[in-house]
Amino acid sequence: MREQASAVLLVLGAFFMLLAGVGVARLPDLFMRLQAATKASTLGVGCMLMAVAIHFQDLAVTTRAVLVIAFFCLTAPVGAHLIARAAYAAGVPLWEGTITDEMRLSSRDAQDRSGENSSSAGNERGDGS
Amino acid sequence: MSLSGLEIKTLATGLALAMVGIALFLTFIRLVRGPTLPDRVVALDLMGVLTVGMIAAYEIAMEQPVLLDTATVLALVGFLGTVAFARYLERRGRDA
Repeated sequence: MREQASAVLLVLGAFFMLLAGVGVARLPDLFMRLQAATKASTLGVGCMLMAVAIHFQDLAVTTRAVLVIAFFCLTAPVGAHLIARAAYAAGVPLWEGTITDEMRLSSRDAQDRSGENSSSAGNERGDGS
Repeated sequence: MSLSGLEIKTLATGLALAMVGIALFLTFIRLVRGPTLPDRVVALDLMGVLTVGMIAAYEIAMEQPVLLDTATVLALVGFLGTVAFARYLERRGRDA
């Protein structure tokens, strides 16, 4: 039973990691690739480390596995947010089928994203005038 | 259908290593031909996470629980690298 649960979690986690790789290779936009990479790989690594914790039923191994899972759950959104903000401020082009761009609507003075954006730090601060 | 535990373990770890290997290959393709620099940063970040998963599968396959320390250190270094790259991108975008 323990072996079966560990094997199922391991293959499930590897499947989510494969989904992350396919998404990064195939999606048309940086931001779509970023969300595929972040969410799918976090779930995948969580499943695989839980499989490790179930396979070795040891307190030290379980503690470290839970620690790494918590670390990934804390740092993956932070890293993705940092990369996305920096890429948007640097003017990475969106997909041509994009419908809404909320950060563009919120900044009245940034009419061209490829131009000078020295006020990009205050965009999400809510200048909704 | 009398699969023993050892056979299940061998099958699952082999399958998981193959799938994570394919994912690493696809991510490496994006790393090579990413149009912009943030694409390459995203691919490099994902490669770090995939390597942690590969270490987990290899750890079960080899029965070596010591390798989990390597995964911990790799996760920490990967996050620091991502933050450093994001800082660099932000500064470069502001300058250029």
